[in-house]
Amino acid sequence: MSDETLPVATALRHKDLLAISDMTPEEIRLVLDTAEAMKEIGSRTIKKVPALRGKTVVNLFFEPSTRTRTSFEIAEKRLSADTLNIAIASSSVVKGETLADTALTLEAMNPDMIVLRHSSSGAAHLLSRICKSSIINAGDGTHEHPTQALLDAYTIRSRKGGIAGLKVAIVGDLLHSRVLRSNVHLLTKLGAEVWVCGPPTLIPVDIARLGVKVTHRVDEAVEGADVIMLLRIQLERMQGAYFPSLREYFSVFGMTEARVKRAKDDVIIMHPGPMNRGVEIASEVADGPFSVILDQVANGVAVRMAVLYLLAGGVEHHEEAA
Amino acid sequence: MKKLLKGGRVVDPSTGRDGQFDVLIEGDRIAKIGKNLPIDGAEVVEIPAGYVIAPGLIDMHVHLREPGQEHKETVATGTMAAVAGGFTAVACMPNTTPINDNANVTSYIVAKAREANLARVYPIGAVSRGSKGELLADIAELREAGCVALSDDGWPVRTALMMRRALEYAGMFGMPVIDHCEDPSLRADGVAHEGCCAGLLGLKGIPAAAESIMAERDILLAELTGSAVHIAHMSARTSLRAVRKGKEAGIRVTSEVTPHHFTLTDDYLNAPIPYDTNTKMNPPLREVADRDSMIAGIADGSIDCIATDHAPHHYDEKKVEFDHAPFGIVGLETAVSLTFDRLVHAGVINMSRMVGLLSTNPARILNIPGGTLAEGALADITILAPDMTVRVAAASMKTRSKNMPFEGWELRGGVAATIVGGRTLFNNPDAGLTV
Repeated sequence: MSDETLPVATALRHKDLLAISDMTPEEIRLVLDTAEAMKEIGSRTIKKVPALRGKTVVNLFFEPSTRTRTSFEIAEKRLSADTLNIAIASSSVVKGETLADTALTLEAMNPDMIVLRHSSSGAAHLLSRICKSSIINAGDGTHEHPTQALLDAYTIRSRKGGIAGLKVAIVGDLLHSRVLRSNVHLLTKLGAEVWVCGPPTLIPVDIARLGVKVTHRVDEAVEGADVIMLLRIQLERMQGAYFPSLREYFSVFGMTEARVKRAKDDVIIMHPGPMNRGVEIASEVADGPFSVILDQVANGVAVRMAVLYLLAGGVEHHEEAA
Repeated sequence: MKKLLKGGRVVDPSTGRDGQFDVLIEGDRIAKIGKNLPIDGAEVVEIPAGYVIAPGLIDMHVHLREPGQEHKETVATGTMAAVAGGFTAVACMPNTTPINDNANVTSYIVAKAREANLARVYPIGAVSRGSKGELLADIAELREAGCVALSDDGWPVRTALMMRRALEYAGMFGMPVIDHCEDPSLRADGVAHEGCCAGLLGLKGIPAAAESIMAERDILLAELTGSAVHIAHMSARTSLRAVRKGKEAGIRVTSEVTPHHFTLTDDYLNAPIPYDTNTKMNPPLREVADRDSMIAGIADGSIDCIATDHAPHHYDEKKVEFDHAPFGIVGLETAVSLTFDRLVHAGVINMSRMVGLLSTNPARILNIPGGTLAEGALADITILAPDMTVRVAAASMKTRSKNMPFEGWELRGGVAATIVGGRTLFNNPDAGLTV
């Protein structure tokens, strides 16, 4: 079944983008469709449109991030927004200010949107309760990373023509992954068959309640898969005794060429980055013909442009209604 | 000075009374209880039909925060909240700054309580110096200064050996050891019940087994030593199983449950307010099966007490990321209404059992005065209005902190008046009587 025949929303319902779990399938399709148009802008000679002219967007990053922050910043600039980057090293947090006070201080300068990356789950919700400006969650703790899931969905859709009915295998550290949670919500909402796989120590309790199939056998997860998505294994997890060694992890769960062969012939290999080559993914697979890892990065800009654009429209819409 | 409470339903499990009786108070004592007592110059208080006269309620688990954390609560504000919530006595945990692990701190708390002159305050001393679990506190001195029990609440008694010694030593004085059961390695840096909700929200989990492992340990040690152990704020069905088994074996184990653990579940982490730090407590709000199991334990008598774990925190401390917020909510002023609404009116327990859970049993476990309306006993009395409609509002509460997830809740059942030692210290303006 193609997604294209299904209904599409005309606006987002909320002022913020906090979590995929809050979004309807129609809203998700609206973002993906809008991203198609945005993608075209990125291929022009002059990669800029005036959609967000006069809008102020603050990128508030409490965690180090290269790809997400860069991706948002490029997206904002292509839409002509005035952008401001605040990173933890230069922020007031080192002076002992609370997140709430930082948010209120920024809010007093009347920005239109705040893009937040924070190490605590729920930090974006806290900001959304305090601020009138639109909050975009760019990753909160181990909760969600909604724009990552949207760009993943965009990438899958552009390769496969749709999402419903696909078998998607997600392999790696599920417990500590915000990408996992956002992707599970999104992919199940759009009708994919989602398999998750990892050692039992790295799987959240009761994840099966979300309508995914759980396995510890990677061969079962990738068997006949249309999409294989790897999640990063953080090197410090070994200290927490989640698994014995990186070497053993790779031998049991690492995505090798031999394992990829069990998937469909036209399988795509995804990874949200940054990758640990030789841990969750073999270099031959990361660099191989099925890899769409760099497409994901490219699509990230278009998807984030779509989110910024729709939320900005939503704010105006809201003000007119009020 | 004589006062005659006329026409109320007296419910007092300690004397087996449940029915229409008059109560004559003379000075700070209950002089007489009987049918149609003569007025004989006493001031008469007509108790409205349906109201219940109970022995003063006792909350055996509160944090008054003084000394050292007066921005959260003081002995004065905490005991004012207590009488407003129907409690004539509270037992306060030792995790103040400094820790109540010596007679000086105990005496300070006792002096502050005398100054406030509201609810009675029974300090609980630390099991170990600094509650560090390494050396026993000076238990005889603590007892001499007024401590009625021992606990390192906030932290578990870490090693089995220390718990054994504490039980043995405290047993000499007949003092119960109250344990905050939680295996530190399993709890790790968890902030919410390990279950579906925390998993979805990306919050680090505290498994129920973290509590139950230590409850099992403590019950075994109570058996070994023959001393009394009390399991504080029990939340997990597996801990209840351990308590039941222990009681069946004749081991001296008792337990308490908080109103929030028989009312709320971990679903409240996500709704109505996602990541509401007022749903962050320790032990955490557990899943439905655990909550229902606590209710079943209350119904069948395996659970001895309802205690609030009243844990005031300043709003600044709670207005932060969920991970960084302190654990706990205030409870003194909502406990009675939640007990009525969720247990009595829901048909789980009757009035007599409610009084047992909130008065008779805590008095017996702590071995303190009160918990009875026997003639000659202290006139510590709570008058309850079982059908009063109560709308919970932090703004009208007496506690210095307002951290709780019940704002705006409408509950059936409340407190009409609180009498401590014959003095009326709280008279609810909505109750329609003047005591």
